[in-house]
Amino acid sequence: MSAAPGAGHLAPEVLSRARQLIDLYPHPRSALIPICHLAQEQDGWLRPEAMEEIADLVGITPAEVLGTATFYEMLRTEPVGTYVVAVCTNIACMLRGAYELLDHIQDSLGVRVGGTTADAMFTLEDTECVADCGRAPCLQVNHRFVGDVTPESFDRLVDDLRAGALADDIPHHGTLVRVRRAGGLAVDDATIRAERDAAAAVATAASTGGSS
Amino acid sequence: MTVTEAPRIVTSRLGYEDSHTLERYVATGGYAGLRKALGMSPQEVAGQVDAVSLLGRGGAGFPAGRKWSMLRKAPTTYLVVNGDESEPATFKDHMLLERDPHQLIEGVVIAAYAIQAARAFIYVRGEFALGLERVQAALNEAYEHGAVGADIFGSGFSVDIVVHPGAGAYICGEETALLESLEGKRGFPRIKPPYFPAAIGLYGQPTVVNNVETLSNLPWVMVNGAEAFTALGSGRSTGTRLFALAGHVNNPGVFEVEMVKTTFRDLIYDATLGGGVAGGRELKAIIPGGVSAPWFGPQHLDLPLGQDEVGEAGSMLGSGSIVVMDDTTCVVRAAWRITRFFQRESCGQCTPCREGSGWLEKILRRIEDGVGSEADIDLLMDVCDNLAPGVSWPPQQTTICVLGSSIPSSIASGIRMFPDEFLVHVKEGGCPHG
Repeated sequence: MSAAPGAGHLAPEVLSRARQLIDLYPHPRSALIPICHLAQEQDGWLRPEAMEEIADLVGITPAEVLGTATFYEMLRTEPVGTYVVAVCTNIACMLRGAYELLDHIQDSLGVRVGGTTADAMFTLEDTECVADCGRAPCLQVNHRFVGDVTPESFDRLVDDLRAGALADDIPHHGTLVRVRRAGGLAVDDATIRAERDAAAAVATAASTGGSS
Repeated sequence: MTVTEAPRIVTSRLGYEDSHTLERYVATGGYAGLRKALGMSPQEVAGQVDAVSLLGRGGAGFPAGRKWSMLRKAPTTYLVVNGDESEPATFKDHMLLERDPHQLIEGVVIAAYAIQAARAFIYVRGEFALGLERVQAALNEAYEHGAVGADIFGSGFSVDIVVHPGAGAYICGEETALLESLEGKRGFPRIKPPYFPAAIGLYGQPTVVNNVETLSNLPWVMVNGAEAFTALGSGRSTGTRLFALAGHVNNPGVFEVEMVKTTFRDLIYDATLGGGVAGGRELKAIIPGGVSAPWFGPQHLDLPLGQDEVGEAGSMLGSGSIVVMDDTTCVVRAAWRITRFFQRESCGQCTPCREGSGWLEKILRRIEDGVGSEADIDLLMDVCDNLAPGVSWPPQQTTICVLGSSIPSSIASGIRMFPDEFLVHVKEGGCPHG
């Protein structure tokens, strides 16, 4: 039997973390999104090879991985810059000048919304509310919050990012959670087995068109 | 103007820089509520939560105790925490996740004990990178402390908690979409009935889905008792609530205030809270309860912040967010931006929502750009009527979930409260606000 398509793309350490994640859920597919985040941590985006390997890990097809990933804004099926700058323009930020700020940012970075700078450092996006409205207008860089943004503070932020001065605070795109879970499940095996059996029965009924 | 001296139930530790650590949590009385709960029977704990009328703090305002009591009896029961806070201008759970994660974890274990769940998932909005890290770090500490895991504090009760990151989709805040997402699928809301996951939830098993703030109240309720909680607020709206105040105010932020005893005016104008409209300008309109809610005008400022009081006045407290718009605000632009949000976040399952949101966004855009016609204003209301027949409140629903029926709120509010402003846009070919 030949190796699954994509096998060998994810680093051994990523694979081992992916398997630990699968062990935390009643059904392997529940680990799909967390594992996609891990693959993005390795590659910065979801490469087709990674999706093939993830499909094999959680027991679905690569098309199902792609179909799920494309529903979610944070999962990228095309490369993005080292830093994704997501400027909130929703109502609370709009009332406090978000679109004027966005105009400045487009000029300053030299890209329009949706674009990536020529040096692949920055991808610019306008985003929906990221729940930091007390510091509007706000933005996120790789999902790290920056609030009360002014044109001047944005330009300083870009200088700092280019100079590597914020490397500890803002990791490269794809790295979401840097705190690892300390251990596996602690409840007794019978409880975990009951959860898995129940989940497997429902998943099987769904895939064969039966009702549960 | 008076702001009551209610105790801080969920924000008591925010004065500490290290409010997110186990050390600070335990030093400030943390996990005492859980110890007390574990000394009671699960039924007694559930009964106490039912007795305090803890209305869900996520948006729908359904009483937590009643939700628990609806659980179908089964060998496997799940507790799922909805930390997918995404309703625009709502940012209270974001604060609780980052600043007091142990309080949430303690609440989760108390709830799990009451419903006898061996497993809880905390679904945290993907964009909350720091929140995810803080909750995971706190959970690691809580396992080590014996507050989560096997034989909690020697009681014989065991529960595992898993922190689950979302990946960017507003609709996953809808509880059945959240469960689909937690099963590793596209976040499509499930067809109802069943109306509640208490019957068929995660992997078909009975499931309770509770909001972050809702569960964060439980440690205090256990320590201080039901009477202390129901002494606050009035009617069904007991206790305190977090309100996220944003837009044109001097001090935007999250404030914990006593329900019903506090009014919109207190929240917006009190010097210790919102501090008044920015620049001393006039208030034009407020959006209570998230952008899904119909707007209020200055005449509603003295309404109490109570679920039924606001409901009877034609809107909702919803997600606990309040957006203030001053007299410089263009209501067409505001309605357009909110509609654009719904258009981007519609999951696409139901035609009225998928197509309607896009058409409404385009029509609003052309009115704002000065190329709309008077007929467009009627067309807006006509499309709204297809989404929520009658365009009344609470809205009629033509879609699987309430996202679709929420779309007309801002448009109908803008047109009904400020008809002249829409007319000026189409008659004078542009936005008078520039």
